[in-house]
Amino acid sequence: MTSGPILEAHDLVKNFDDFAAVKGISFAIDRGESFGFLGPNGAGKTSTMRMISAVSQPTSGTLSILGLDPRDHGPTIRGRLGVVPQEDTLELELSVRLNLEMFGRYFDIPRRTLRERTDELLEFAQLTERANDKVDDLSGGMKRRLTIARALINQPELLILDEPTTGLDPQARHLLWERLYRLKREGVTLVITTHYMDEAEQLCDRLVVMDHGDIVAEGPPRELIARHSTREVVELRFDVETHDEIGLPLSHFAQRIEVLPDRILLYVDQGDDTLRDLHGAGIVPASALVRRSSLEDVFLRLTGRTLVD
Amino acid sequence: MASGTGVHSPAWLRSWHYHATFYAQTWRGSVASNVLFPIFFLASFGVGVGHMVARHTGLVQGQTYLHYIAPSLLATTTMQLGEGESLWPVLAALKWIRSYHAAAATPLEPEDIVYGKLTWVVTRAFATGIFYTIVIGAFGALQSWWALTLPFVGALVALAFSAPLVAYAARCQSDGSFIAIYRFAFVPMFLFSATFFPVSSYPGYLRPIVQVMPLYHGVALARAAAYGHVAPDALVGHVAVLAGLAAVGIYLGRRTMRRRLVD
Repeated sequence: MTSGPILEAHDLVKNFDDFAAVKGISFAIDRGESFGFLGPNGAGKTSTMRMISAVSQPTSGTLSILGLDPRDHGPTIRGRLGVVPQEDTLELELSVRLNLEMFGRYFDIPRRTLRERTDELLEFAQLTERANDKVDDLSGGMKRRLTIARALINQPELLILDEPTTGLDPQARHLLWERLYRLKREGVTLVITTHYMDEAEQLCDRLVVMDHGDIVAEGPPRELIARHSTREVVELRFDVETHDEIGLPLSHFAQRIEVLPDRILLYVDQGDDTLRDLHGAGIVPASALVRRSSLEDVFLRLTGRTLVD
Repeated sequence: MASGTGVHSPAWLRSWHYHATFYAQTWRGSVASNVLFPIFFLASFGVGVGHMVARHTGLVQGQTYLHYIAPSLLATTTMQLGEGESLWPVLAALKWIRSYHAAAATPLEPEDIVYGKLTWVVTRAFATGIFYTIVIGAFGALQSWWALTLPFVGALVALAFSAPLVAYAARCQSDGSFIAIYRFAFVPMFLFSATFFPVSSYPGYLRPIVQVMPLYHGVALARAAAYGHVAPDALVGHVAVLAGLAAVGIYLGRRTMRRRLVD
């Protein structure tokens, strides 16, 4: 095993014709870490994933994956990676088991080893009972688990997951998260993209926030929240057409406020104190909620996205 | 690293293996029609229509009508096999099922995916060629030991069509043009490549058009093999046209597949 980061990028750029998808980002991911790329659609996450999967080549910048340069060692690197693409790319007409075995052959895994690993992975994905069913008959959550199991067929050191739970119901998401924790405990390095803030908070030791092809913040989720947001947030709703007019007087009660179309966010340290102050000043919202700051707030702060002008 | 043993198969062969395994799982649905088609075809056109031809025209280029069309059936079938494997299946693997994208995330390179596909098409066409040679033989249409080369002719014809079509499909975003290609390229080729009547029955100004059709050269090769009419000059020309198409297709296919999968 090599020491140092398992993945390292400097000034990584990806252009498609005139469009700059990734505009010179740098990051380093340590072995065993679980690292997130957070950002809205079009932020450059998928282009970044394709580069660090050693599939697409950077337009410029340097990239080292498992200590190797993907320009020269693409097949070797890919042989040691697992990739879970955004869309399941399973053979729907074939059985669950065959999907695993046929994929394993791409890695030149001997048949006997492959059969054993397939059994283990079926167990891991909780699909043992569905092993001989057509993939077409599986639920969305089962297909996603199968895609993850398939990505593990070569026992990768690094697993890259592009929006692993998009489109899944809450129950399926939690089951999937639990499987990913298990992998993390086994020492697999996880790289995850998501636009779900709760997912990033749950799964990632450290993350970067991307916007318009750039990294706008980097750090552990808690630290990012501490750095870019307050401890608590008071969400207020008033019984009005638009929240624009009421915004201003409220800014005396908080360090910062965000006025959204449907509610106003007050960034404060002690939400309950703030509520009391508001009541004291005769301000009575239709509803009020005190919660902890989340990455959602960090994101709002950094990108200004979803804000009303 | 991944396998942990010293056994290594080349990457293109792993792609071939994927196609072969897939086919092994799904062939049963089509086997009856594939087996019965040439028998029915030769019985109806060869024997049935052949009866009328014999009454009105007599022999066609020294052959009974059955013996005249039997070798061309091998060429048209392997052409269709090459087409059928190449347009929709490739677009599906790139756009709908995205199985080529899955493969591109493994040690396989886009070129391996192209080679795996084409070697699989060649394998299928060769096997089909063996079966058709037997059927054609059963109808008494084989007249030379050169007929043993018919499966190779079938494989070459399939590759000559498959390679350019794979290259083309790899750059398509939809299947909108595929139907038009069938209607305006393959159906006319199937009908007018001296498949069912000789090129001498066309007016002189149409003959060059017939002779540039790739299938014309496949049909000519199949007839030469079946009858043992081996004229080296002509054969080299026919082989060159088909091999040239295959080579151009492979060259373009490597590029379009790479651009599509890894850009």
